[in-house]
Amino acid sequence: MARDTVAVDDAVPPTEPTSGVLRSALVRWDTVLLVVLAAVVVVAGVLVEGFASGRNLQFLLLDVVAIALIALPLTLIVITGEIDLSVASTLGLCSAVMGQLWIAGLPLELVVVLVIGLGAVLGAVNAVFVTRFALPSLAVTIGTLAAYRGLAFVVLGDQAVADFPFLWTDAASSTVADGTLPWAAVVTIVLAVVFGVVLHATPFGRSLYAMGNNAEAATFAGIRVARAKFWLFVVSGAVSGLAGVYWTLRFASARADNAAGLELAVVAAVLLGGVSIFGGRGTLLGVLLGLLLLGTVRNALQLADVAADTLNIVTGGLLIASVVVPNVVAISRTRLRRRPRHPA
Amino acid sequence: MSTPPTAPAAPPAKADESRTRFVHKLWLAREFGIVVALGLLVLVTTLDNPAFLSPQSLRDLLLGAAILVVLAVGQTVVIISRNIDLSVGAVLGLVAFATGELLSTAPDTPTAVAVLVGIGMGAVCGVINGVLVAAARVPALVITLGTLYAFRGIDHSWAQGRQINASDMPRSFLGLGTGTVLGIPVLAVIAVVVMTVVGFYLRSYRSGRELYAIGSEPAAARLSGIPVGRRVFTSFVICGALAGLAGVLYAARFGTIDATVGTGIELQVVAAAVVGGVAIFGGSGSVYGATLGALLLTTIGSSLAVLRINPFWQQAVVGGLILAAIGLDRLLAVRAANRLRGRSSHGT
Repeated sequence: MARDTVAVDDAVPPTEPTSGVLRSALVRWDTVLLVVLAAVVVVAGVLVEGFASGRNLQFLLLDVVAIALIALPLTLIVITGEIDLSVASTLGLCSAVMGQLWIAGLPLELVVVLVIGLGAVLGAVNAVFVTRFALPSLAVTIGTLAAYRGLAFVVLGDQAVADFPFLWTDAASSTVADGTLPWAAVVTIVLAVVFGVVLHATPFGRSLYAMGNNAEAATFAGIRVARAKFWLFVVSGAVSGLAGVYWTLRFASARADNAAGLELAVVAAVLLGGVSIFGGRGTLLGVLLGLLLLGTVRNALQLADVAADTLNIVTGGLLIASVVVPNVVAISRTRLRRRPRHPA
Repeated sequence: MSTPPTAPAAPPAKADESRTRFVHKLWLAREFGIVVALGLLVLVTTLDNPAFLSPQSLRDLLLGAAILVVLAVGQTVVIISRNIDLSVGAVLGLVAFATGELLSTAPDTPTAVAVLVGIGMGAVCGVINGVLVAAARVPALVITLGTLYAFRGIDHSWAQGRQINASDMPRSFLGLGTGTVLGIPVLAVIAVVVMTVVGFYLRSYRSGRELYAIGSEPAAARLSGIPVGRRVFTSFVICGALAGLAGVLYAARFGTIDATVGTGIELQVVAAAVVGGVAIFGGSGSVYGATLGALLLTTIGSSLAVLRINPFWQQAVVGGLILAAIGLDRLLAVRAANRLRGRSSHGT
């Protein structure tokens, strides 16, 4: 896609080191998100009845978990300049297979392992198309989005498998020490720390930014671009499988249409978190804040009796504002700076 | 260098000619491939059940494909310039509901006015997308994902869970969805007219050709003086207007409209274009290919039903088809590059 349409870098004076400027810009975006999130929490806590309760917090976190899980590997993928739109379909297919295997009488421990493995295989299929055949990931994963969802229906039809043992379905929404923090959120946080460390504190993580900025230059710098992308897609598939297990148990229902359309919500959260769709920029913290912001706004408005479907306006508006405002500021700043030098 | 001065004039012309012939052949190959696939599908299905080729069944097929074709033609214009419009499904839904609302509150509205209002509404949505993409210089994928949510949200807050039924709308308008001209459904005629007009524009107008240049290499297009922003803006307005037209056609054909109309259709539209050989990163493809792609996707649906294959296979097959199509495009491109390289090394 057109890398040159992003004008943010134009605002950077050539003498300043780019990385420093970029880093401070990113810190600014994370700060903006944090401030907005805090403001939303305060306003909702005061105005919306029932928002500031432990029970509501628990439900908010349970709702965010599935999107958050999938968003972790997707953040890394988008930073390399690729995209994976098949995540929600992978979740759906894994959920359908999970139901079918459970009907077949396999022990649930084994089913969970197999289903996560299946997710990894589905991710590997994407990876082969993207890295071996050098096809654009946008087109490939639109293809597998349709294919995996279709296979989910082939596997399970339009029936639902709901007779999972209570012990397991209860575990999916159980909380630490019976408080407000769900175990699922703890698992997500641990995984987020792992992904955060990998992205921000390892040479591998740095190399993802390099290939996102310029894959060719990264290759010449000795980075194994194809191999890194391959494994990112595999991990994305496996985590989507895990999210499928969580989704199935949380709603105690394995269905082929589980999480249909969720891919757009995940992509929206990642982009709202400040990750550039062209790759090379973004932080995991920003994505987590973006997720919480989206989840909190939706939760608060739902409590305030705004219909869930109407909330799409808010999601869309936030997403558009998050990319348009910084860009317009950067463009106008560039114009202002250039005017004295080239009076036109 | 050492060749006689008269020689150089001839070979380049010849090479040029053979190159255009080769490119032409390639173009033929790509569209031809879909036609063959479509033909095989129809043949196999007809052998199983001859009724598949009955006039009524063909009419149903064309009727089913018409709306997707209109959307795919608009999408092609945007994709060719290396952008994408994910909001078309939401625009279709919004305009379909608006049309239903207009016609149920003012049943005397002439059909032509309803169509124009729908196209205008779609164009306004396209203007919003176009301004955000071209002026704020934000990637189209992000913007149209945002407007997908926003337009759909507006649709929901307007409808408030209501549903408009065919009995609320005037018979003359619904005739647009069921009527035929010389045995061909009106919707299909409209789709063919749209395809032909846009196809002619892209092929024969300067601004149409410039969309291909922008899609091939935006930086080069800008340096060569093409008003990139304005062209991209126009492409979004065209796509929005056609999505609006599709919304009106949807209202006329199905008659039953709620706020969920057209949900998820954007992926089918992109799939139709990609299967039809429109490169997802711009610069190549045609509306004819996209039309064939839309026709193929629709035919698969009805073929599976006729062949008594589990209808759940449809989506999986469509997914496989997309992967096959982009794989094939890649193969053709690599081959073409190799052949051109081989040619130029012979020449020098």
